[in-house]
Amino acid sequence: MKYILLPILFATVLNTGIQAQNDGRQIPAVEIKNLDSSPFNTGDIQNDGKPIIISFWATWCSPCKRELNTIAEEYIDWQDETGVKLIAISIDDARNIQKVKPYVDGQSWDYEVYLDPNADFKRAMNVNNVPHTFLIDGEGNIVWQHNSYQPGDEQELYELVEKLASGESIN
Amino acid sequence: MKLTNLNLGLTTLFSFVTIIVSAQDAHLLDGVQIHGNFDLYAQQYNKDSIIGAPIVPEKSGVNAFTNLIATKGKFSAGVRLESYIPPVQGFDPRFGEETIGVPFRYASFTQDGLEITVGNFYEQFGNGMILRSYEERGLGLDNAFDGARVRYSPIDGIYIKGLIGNQRFYWQKGDGIVRAFDGEIQFNELVSKWSTSALRLSIGGSFVSKFQSGGSSSLDIPENVGGGAARFQLNYKDFSLMGEYAFKDNDPTKSNNYIYKSGEGFFASATYSRRGFGINISAKSIDNMEFRSDREAGFNDLFINYLPALSRQHTYNLAATLYPYATQPNGEIGLQGDLIYKIKKGSKIGGKYGTTIQLNVSMINSHDREYYADSDPEVAVELLDQQTYLPKDESRLGYKANLFNWGSEVYYRDYNIEVDRKFNKNFKLKGTFAFQEYNIELIQFKASTNVLARIWVLEGLNKLSRKHSIRWEAQHLTTGQDQGDWVFGLIEYGYSPHWIVTVLNQYNYGNKNKDLRVNYPTAQVTYIHNANRLSLGYGRQRAGIFCVGGVCRNVPAANGITLAITSSF
Repeated sequence: MKYILLPILFATVLNTGIQAQNDGRQIPAVEIKNLDSSPFNTGDIQNDGKPIIISFWATWCSPCKRELNTIAEEYIDWQDETGVKLIAISIDDARNIQKVKPYVDGQSWDYEVYLDPNADFKRAMNVNNVPHTFLIDGEGNIVWQHNSYQPGDEQELYELVEKLASGESIN
Repeated sequence: MKLTNLNLGLTTLFSFVTIIVSAQDAHLLDGVQIHGNFDLYAQQYNKDSIIGAPIVPEKSGVNAFTNLIATKGKFSAGVRLESYIPPVQGFDPRFGEETIGVPFRYASFTQDGLEITVGNFYEQFGNGMILRSYEERGLGLDNAFDGARVRYSPIDGIYIKGLIGNQRFYWQKGDGIVRAFDGEIQFNELVSKWSTSALRLSIGGSFVSKFQSGGSSSLDIPENVGGGAARFQLNYKDFSLMGEYAFKDNDPTKSNNYIYKSGEGFFASATYSRRGFGINISAKSIDNMEFRSDREAGFNDLFINYLPALSRQHTYNLAATLYPYATQPNGEIGLQGDLIYKIKKGSKIGGKYGTTIQLNVSMINSHDREYYADSDPEVAVELLDQQTYLPKDESRLGYKANLFNWGSEVYYRDYNIEVDRKFNKNFKLKGTFAFQEYNIELIQFKASTNVLARIWVLEGLNKLSRKHSIRWEAQHLTTGQDQGDWVFGLIEYGYSPHWIVTVLNQYNYGNKNKDLRVNYPTAQVTYIHNANRLSLGYGRQRAGIFCVGGVCRNVPAANGITLAITSSF
């Protein structure tokens, strides 16, 4: 039984011990793919000093699609009001990767979409499962993250985006 | 070969922590970012013979994982701690060889287009038909390499990768050594005047070789087996076309009955999409393409390549876990079509918010093979039910197959349609129908004719207020084979952003054996706070098949409490 507690304890200690360092955590530079399968380096993600949402999703993940389709309806307003940019990272592997572009276009998403077929970026961002959403401030720091989605979560996310856009701290 | 025993694993871990702590004192840690995640799944088991739940002497199982990654500038290092006390039912018992340890650790640095990794790593060449190492924790699958890898881009548009290593085999390493090389040219990056061209082209090629000692086998076993793949991707405006061909030299293994036939496979896919419309058509054929770094390996162990199923990955319970297709690496041919169309909002049929229709068709069959009339009893068993025979198989090739032959045996069919409509700002409805034909004898080794199943699903989402919502699912599956008809109902109450309460039941009301007409009720409460998620459930879990990609894991029936915790930091 004591062994069960070891990883929990370990994670908790590190979690609290290194919290302070996370304030300046930047997006790790990992080689993933554009929708046309050409390479894209995540170190190049930027939005001219405006906030960025990074959302990990997959074509087989219903809550992910619910989240991104919900935000899609309000995305134009979000962009107008705060300049935010949403980057959708598909973790679909070789089984479904060919269905990503038709789905994105079919749903008329205006997001930047990249492919992470072998989960390299997912691992570097420490994502356990999708949907997982990150918020990046104007300086490129990861300032907030959220796992899973249920209706209404997009409102909380947008309130945080508004705070970031007006220069407030969200912590 | 032992990958890591408890002491070695913990030594690695504690040296990692010691380095961090001592570096902190010496201010070496300035600028170092440490982050990671945690994932725990625990299950408690009650006796429940009617659903066929296995008796677990320990009465519980726990799988837990912690990843830690430290980065500073060009450097990155990481460890993963895993523990199985004992493994959750349905995961390979060999995970229980250690209660806790560090099966994954690496260090890497990147400089001027050169990336070097030493230790454990994951890699994929092209679509993975010739090489893919990856982790799918939910399946208990991890074929990570342990060795060294170099990725290099000498000039824009040229990408080279090379690697060497053994693969993870539970708490040990596989016997085989894998050496692999991949090159890719992105023409639009390489030729600067093509950088803005609407036509985008890339080509790539891989070579993979494995070495495993022949051991004491009476056969003349090739110790080095080579394989390779070539691929292209072409995009022009709204169109794209891609293809990959893979080849494997003769590789007698346990799973192909030690035949000396070479293997091959191809995958091709065409896509057209524009706003509100997308279509994809894919074709695939593989023959004797199972490529593992140990010729004696079975199950999902020690695969070098990845051969996903060419079918829709369903998400609704009855459609996803009763009759999911699993790739047949020894031979199959398939076609898939996938279409999405969004009827414009404001139109008469589309309604105020638009209506989305998705159609998907997949068909997978055997190759018709010509078998040699072999006298070897080991092979003869396999050949008993084959109709065609060639003369004696002196070179032990097993059979003749044509990659483009559409064989007569149906492995899988799935015709499905999904319609999704938002009626007003507080109500959405999604209807799904699927017809599946499933070769249960081939995939689940159950003596039966093909299962023909019809599945209806209706899902609704009612938003009660800004933070409160109710989601529900009603599912119905009918079939004359296997376990007969099922109904499934689910209600989920969401209180954003922290709480989800789910109650579900499934009922095998159509089972021919009246004693097995069983209910499987489950209740679950989930609490979410930012990147922490904690979920506690109680109920019955139906035996089923859990799949990711074309790879599946049998989940045995269970009755008891479940606890899941995930966290990222």
